[in-house]
Amino acid sequence: MTGGGIPANRSRYRAVALSVTAGAVFMLGLSYAAVPLYRAFCAATGYGGTTQVAKTAPSMRGERILNVRFDTNIAAGLPWSLTPETPTLDVQTGETKTVFFKAHNASTQAVSAIAGYNVAPEQSGAFFNKISCFCFSEQRLEAGETAEWPVVFYLDPALEKDATMAHVENITLSYVLYASDVTRAPADEHKF
Amino acid sequence: MATTSTSDAHDDHAHDDHPLPHGWRRYLYSTNHKDIGTLYIIFAMVAGLIGFLLSFAIRLELQNPGIQIFPALSAVLTGDGSVDGAKNMYNVFITAHGVIMIFFLVMPALIGGFGNWFVPLMIGAPDMAFPRMNNISFWLLPASFLLLLSSMFVDGSPGFKGFGGGWVFYPPFSSLAGTPGPAMDFVILSLHVAGASSILGAINFITTIFNMRAPGMTMHRMPLFAWSVLVTAFLLVLSLPVLAGAITMLLTDRNFHTAFFNPEKGGDPILFQHLFWFFGHPEVYILILPGFGIISQIVSTFSRKPVFGYLGMAYAMVAIGVVGFVVWAHHMYTVGLSLNTQRYFVFATMVIAVPTGVKIFSWIATMWGGSISLRLPMIWAIGFIFLFTVGGVTGVVLANAGIDRALHETYYVVAHFHYTMSLGAVFSIFAGFYYWFPKMTGYMYNETLGKLHFWLLFVGVNLVFFPQHFLGLAGMPRRYIDYPDAYALWNWWSSVGAEITAVSVVVFFYVVWEAFSKKRVAGDNPWGVGATTLEWTLPSPPPFHQYETLPRISGSDH
Repeated sequence: MTGGGIPANRSRYRAVALSVTAGAVFMLGLSYAAVPLYRAFCAATGYGGTTQVAKTAPSMRGERILNVRFDTNIAAGLPWSLTPETPTLDVQTGETKTVFFKAHNASTQAVSAIAGYNVAPEQSGAFFNKISCFCFSEQRLEAGETAEWPVVFYLDPALEKDATMAHVENITLSYVLYASDVTRAPADEHKF
Repeated sequence: MATTSTSDAHDDHAHDDHPLPHGWRRYLYSTNHKDIGTLYIIFAMVAGLIGFLLSFAIRLELQNPGIQIFPALSAVLTGDGSVDGAKNMYNVFITAHGVIMIFFLVMPALIGGFGNWFVPLMIGAPDMAFPRMNNISFWLLPASFLLLLSSMFVDGSPGFKGFGGGWVFYPPFSSLAGTPGPAMDFVILSLHVAGASSILGAINFITTIFNMRAPGMTMHRMPLFAWSVLVTAFLLVLSLPVLAGAITMLLTDRNFHTAFFNPEKGGDPILFQHLFWFFGHPEVYILILPGFGIISQIVSTFSRKPVFGYLGMAYAMVAIGVVGFVVWAHHMYTVGLSLNTQRYFVFATMVIAVPTGVKIFSWIATMWGGSISLRLPMIWAIGFIFLFTVGGVTGVVLANAGIDRALHETYYVVAHFHYTMSLGAVFSIFAGFYYWFPKMTGYMYNETLGKLHFWLLFVGVNLVFFPQHFLGLAGMPRRYIDYPDAYALWNWWSSVGAEITAVSVVVFFYVVWEAFSKKRVAGDNPWGVGATTLEWTLPSPPPFHQYETLPRISGSDH
């Protein structure tokens, strides 16, 4: 740009103002695009302890054996209990394991719930593969019902090559069960 | 801009074609960049005084261990004199203090005030590109400020008034789980309005600087203050919409059952922190870059030398702006970033010290061998360079993820960002104020009183914030109304500093009052041959419309 400002040149003003406005609108769009991008980023990298989803069991075993601990929590307002069949489990990398969680609805009405979950330490999320899990979908228990839910998972042998996993001996898989909107406020069921 | 071929003819024209607006119409309907700049400066002074009083209450409370001041304050302001009410009000005060100082003191003073006043004058433009948009930019701000002040008196957390989660508004405290009352909605709407005001202002500055420079005023001849406002305007346009997006998501989470940050439905509160700091880190450069520009003008004027390394200075600001967008997660070392992510953010953060160092050393090199006169604006500018450097050094310390793990959310961080902002940005505001006051009003203030103001504020704020480094290193956390007795000594001294600062605020308003009552005529250029930018070729105060004949710039003496 050279300095040649003749104040009557309104079309150039408009061009600059419109491109800057477009820049602002683009950034606003980007902030919303960050929501799915962030989710995809977490799923792809295991960032924040996001576990991976696998379709099939691994083809070969690794060498290390890690201890996996199970942690369950119930959010306020959900009259349920959730207990793993065993508090910890030794797992060899590449070995597929199944653990049952016993869920019980102590209330007198049917309630639906959905689980939030991650693993700690967070870098192990990239290597923690679930083949099936009750946390993939919403669960419903009738009044007083008890159910056994399986979690099928394995540890990716690739973790043996990752420097940040070298000193990790224990992995905690944690669940929080939340009451679904549907049961909590039936009158209020909006989809946004 | 040494050589201009303008004559005095451009001073005394322009009043014949239409009558000047006066009374309240002149300001409420104003489309004149100088009047709007004046409005911004007055607004910043009022808001800054309120923000200062909030922090003064905080320091009085922290002067001694225990809870003394806030139960009474809370009883008077909200009718709840309980200890819990006092604790809540303390957190409401720190939140309001932060938001007010950022959005209603520093940004209006530096960008809206000095930017509006002097960018058109310095580039030889008759006014801003969109004068009526300029008017709405200003008048959105008082509305936004009222929304923020109202938020302090409506329901927030259960049983309490106001939002107390700090200026970072992290969910879940800012979502329905922590603050079900409407106080947070008031804060969000206040920021929406303030953000709209700033984005409109930024569009105006960019259009003005790109299109309205006088003949011969190339980009590379433009004064550094205009450069600093240009870079700042770009940062505003690119970062504020991200804040707007984040707080809009928060607003819909709160009111319309969305789940952006709500883990119950698959949202993630950490995402808010990423979005917030993607805005928040450029924001701190938005606060300081115009100050850099002002300091460059002042150091050059009073050293009677062009700025050392003009191009390096201009592009250092561009570099700070660009790198400022890719360092945001250094505010989030404790959220569980992977080691490699932390390594990257440590490195990127430290890179910022390079262009910042270019600026500091170029200011010193400008002074080196110069014919320095220690007039009042120069003293403020030197004070700025010293204080900002201290803040910058502690910033490099905090850039290290390993050290930050221990110092995160302690008073060390409080001391760091107040050295750069409260001492850095505010000293640059006062430097600019005393530099341009004669130009804006036509009157000269009492320089001795101004030096008294400087020394009181300099000693005061150093006494407030330097001991906070010790408190932080000793592990004292932020955002609490009380502390163990072990921290009593340095808290007491810190509060003594706040009391000295309070005296300096009184002196400042007296200096302004004294200048207006004595009416000493300043003349077109009170600073002598070092003041080479175009505004000093105009009378003081400048005519209502200037540059009807555009100045022609041929030299390149910055």
